[in-house]
Amino acid sequence: MVRQAFKRKLQRLQDEVLILGSMVENALVESVELLKRRDLEGARRLIAEDRAINEKRFAIEADCLVLIATQQPMAGDLRTLAAILEIVTELERMGDYAKGIAKINLMIGEQPLVKPLIDLPRMALKARDMLHQSLDAFVRRDVDLARAIPAQDDEVDGLYNQVYRELLTYIMADPRTIDQATQLLWVAHNLERTADRVTNICERVVFTVTGEMVEMDAEHSGFESLT
Amino acid sequence: MTKIKVEHLHFHYGDFLALSDISMAIKERQITGLIGPSGCGKSTFLRCLNRMNDTIPGTRVEGTVLLDGQDIYAPGTAVVELRRRVGMVFQRPNPFPQSVFNNVAFGPRVLGLHRNGRLADIVEESLRGAVLWDEVKNDLRQDALSLSLGQQQRLCIARAIAVKPEVILMDEPCSALDPIDTLQIEELMRMLKESYTIVIVTHNMQQAARVSDWTGLFWLGELVEFGATQDIFTNPKQELTENYITGRLG
Repeated sequence: MVRQAFKRKLQRLQDEVLILGSMVENALVESVELLKRRDLEGARRLIAEDRAINEKRFAIEADCLVLIATQQPMAGDLRTLAAILEIVTELERMGDYAKGIAKINLMIGEQPLVKPLIDLPRMALKARDMLHQSLDAFVRRDVDLARAIPAQDDEVDGLYNQVYRELLTYIMADPRTIDQATQLLWVAHNLERTADRVTNICERVVFTVTGEMVEMDAEHSGFESLT
Repeated sequence: MTKIKVEHLHFHYGDFLALSDISMAIKERQITGLIGPSGCGKSTFLRCLNRMNDTIPGTRVEGTVLLDGQDIYAPGTAVVELRRRVGMVFQRPNPFPQSVFNNVAFGPRVLGLHRNGRLADIVEESLRGAVLWDEVKNDLRQDALSLSLGQQQRLCIARAIAVKPEVILMDEPCSALDPIDTLQIEELMRMLKESYTIVIVTHNMQQAARVSDWTGLFWLGELVEFGATQDIFTNPKQELTENYITGRLG
């Protein structure tokens, strides 16, 4: 077996992707938890910590480029590196969604919540779960799992619809809730988008293993069924 | 369009089977790259395409090699004419120890091509075709061996195209050259494919990836995989190809 050094570097890069993934998973769930607890201090900390996510993404990207430039990877190795470049971009965006939720937390500020948060934490947990599975599929090169994950997006979309209808009821009952209800709707939107982006990661897993560029359908989003 | 069609080619050096059941369609005016480890048969295969192996005693060929539909191993084939149509450039530049002019004029003189036009025109056209003209035009009488290695290799290409071939076989044409000369030859190959069919054997996989339109991997005398270069280097079908080009074998 030759190219042990290259193989080690490629493996380490995938480990880094998993570390970045767990940072994003934590940020997502925590952003909603902080909102639920009305923890403004925590929200500020989470916003600051997004910088670490961005830095890690750029570090992984730089390492990928160095490997491409110096090792001339081919075939499966090349696809792995191309996939990593795509996946870290998706992860960074998901991190931005978590940061967005923390910002909404600050915008709501000291006001009490118009409703107890039940479905939003569920959405966050489900999105995190899907993300975790997709990265698992990537490191294990599990195409079957990657193909199965996007269907779980229906659950997130279902919760999104529920949150949307509920908030609409609050708005209609009391126009003073409009501001906050709209902000909470943005939270739901961010979580829904996160789950959609998991689908992109699943597409990259299939590409890494098979070389096929497939488009997986995660775009039957909540709004379409309401309009 | 297929220029050379190889069907079930077997090649023996005495008792040793060097090539086993090779079939391949070489497309006209495209570059076909052949890769594989040392001793895998790729150079032997290349030399089968203009019967350069004929001169080695104890060799035997089975199967067919069709050049424009004509079997080049059929009895009565004019081998000298075949080698005019299918020229060759070797690993180390091998100019004759004569002037630049005489090197390029050698083939046309032997074949009597110059009777149809001025020999000087053929020489200029060939040197231009090999992108060497500007560097040597002021002194065509200079000794070919005084040129740099990269220039010598381009001179050999000029010599090959002077006899108006249809196919150019290149056996590791850059292995003796530095990176700049190598890139120059590669650029030249891209220009030459407008007019010629090129088959190149290379140890340098990145070179095959850079210049060839089609790539074939040889392994232990067999053609493991043959396909469009972009597919071979991004998503090969055979595990052996994957392992070879990613450096997990070799």
